[in-house]
Amino acid sequence: MIGLGHFLTVSVLLFALGVLAILLKRNAIGVLMGIELILNAAGLNFVAFSHFLGNLEGQVITLFIIILAAAEAAVALAIVFSIYHGFETVNVDQVDQLRG
Amino acid sequence: MALLSDLQLLAPELIVAGSLLLVLILTCKPRSWNLMAGISLAGLGIALVALVPLSGRAPQSAFSAMVVHDPFASFCRAFFLVATMLAILLALRSRELQGPGAGEFFTLLLAVLLGMMLLAGANHLLMVYLGLELVSVPSYLLAGFLKRDRRSSEAALKYVIYGALSTGVMLYGLSLLYGLTGSGGFEALRGHFSGSSFDAGLVGLAVVMAMAGFGYKISSAPFHFWAPDVYQGAPTAFTAFLSVGPKAAGFAVLVRFFFSGLAAAPGPEGMLLPLARWPALIAVLAALSMFVGNIAALVQHNMKRLLAYSSIAHAGYMLMAVCLLTPTGLQAMLFYFVAYAIMNLGVFLVVIMIANATGSEEIDSYRGLWSRAPTLVAAMGLFLLSLAGIPPLVGFVGKFYLFKAAVAGELYWLAVVAVVNSAISLYYYVYVLRVMFIDAGAQPAPLRPPLLHSALLAVLVILTVALGIFYGPLDALTRASAHLWVPGGG
Repeated sequence: MIGLGHFLTVSVLLFALGVLAILLKRNAIGVLMGIELILNAAGLNFVAFSHFLGNLEGQVITLFIIILAAAEAAVALAIVFSIYHGFETVNVDQVDQLRG
Repeated sequence: MALLSDLQLLAPELIVAGSLLLVLILTCKPRSWNLMAGISLAGLGIALVALVPLSGRAPQSAFSAMVVHDPFASFCRAFFLVATMLAILLALRSRELQGPGAGEFFTLLLAVLLGMMLLAGANHLLMVYLGLELVSVPSYLLAGFLKRDRRSSEAALKYVIYGALSTGVMLYGLSLLYGLTGSGGFEALRGHFSGSSFDAGLVGLAVVMAMAGFGYKISSAPFHFWAPDVYQGAPTAFTAFLSVGPKAAGFAVLVRFFFSGLAAAPGPEGMLLPLARWPALIAVLAALSMFVGNIAALVQHNMKRLLAYSSIAHAGYMLMAVCLLTPTGLQAMLFYFVAYAIMNLGVFLVVIMIANATGSEEIDSYRGLWSRAPTLVAAMGLFLLSLAGIPPLVGFVGKFYLFKAAVAGELYWLAVVAVVNSAISLYYYVYVLRVMFIDAGAQPAPLRPPLLHSALLAVLVILTVALGIFYGPLDALTRASAHLWVPGGG
């Protein structure tokens, strides 16, 4: 029987993988994928809680998360394009004009 | 018709959305910056007029308690409208923002404003998330608005990575809160946490994760790493807006979340009782922000970077008022919103005026400005001293309110930290002034700023001095606005 705990375990794993991707990936696209994983982990949590609590609020919130994740990805990719235009690379380590 | 009366409460937001659409439609052909700014300003003016009769209404909730309408929300919405109008005027004669793209710039700016106004009345976890994203996503694009400038693109990339990560972490925290309470409404959170016993560890984890999202929005340490790079790389007029509008919006939603969702109904003297130990967390973040901001600002060579660290420090001062949970603290925070907006927009206006003439924001390039533009330097001096909290300027009155509230709330150690930090900050503000008086040697021509900038500068200077001496009306207004209303008690 699959219970709430299973869903939460998967979501914690997704969250951890997302954080790892952001920390370890040097490619900007890879970093953005890590961010998507974190958003999906939160979305999974909302849906799982919604199902086991028996109210629909969480599912509605998840729909919003999916839409906003798409909007955010569009904006982020546009910015990565603009970075490639200026720097000829999408390696986040080589984008370092601004320093203190 | 519940829907119609609910929509009436959102009339200012609807007008802002309407102006946004109008600007967007007009963008089908290239338009001048003057025209687009004029339309946006007119729309915001109408929204402000529509807000006035609403602010007199009794507190109530709308749209199934997704948003609330109370004095606090009205004040914040009016503040956001005025701050955005000032930011539009700042952008209008900026040399960076010329050529094509006027429509896009103002469309995005109005979208940010819409998000900020929704945050002011947010009463549900979903509204918190939606509002923050509506503020953040257009902000990423505005930071990278100068497509030919590599620094601007880099600012946008750093902003989007930090921003999306912070909102993602926050969202995970919010999902835990939803799981614990079974509802996303703030009154359900309050009811749950004041009623039954709860798992303090899990709630603590959720609150810390949520704080990552708020902390990034208000640029408080340790969520501030994006701020210096983004402030430096973004167009200066947008940086000015960012340091005033979205920061205040972050504070507004932070206050809503913690005061409505995680505090019990007011006790004696209107003090709220916190559920779980979040005030201690915020107090620590406040002290950390002050130290990190002020100490890092000491070694900066770029004016916009210096102002970024200064803004981190000021977030610390304002956080001090949040953890008190008193109406006095809330009033001090609202007063500081206004004071900080006036003096910080003033500083950024001078930075824009200088950069228009010299093309540089390095502090070294400010050498000898005194002989080229004495009035400009005098105005800059006034704003910087106000930021440092020197009487009789508005910054002093604002800080006085904050410190007084901290002492009244018996948070003595934090008040002492804030006073020490004010002293540190004086050093780097005066350092900038000193550079401006140093002779540059060869004398270039005097600066000739455009009339719009000179007029705006005069207004901000007058406000900085006048509100420092006659702060009575603002005191009354903020006092009346420092009331949060929660549906179902309090």
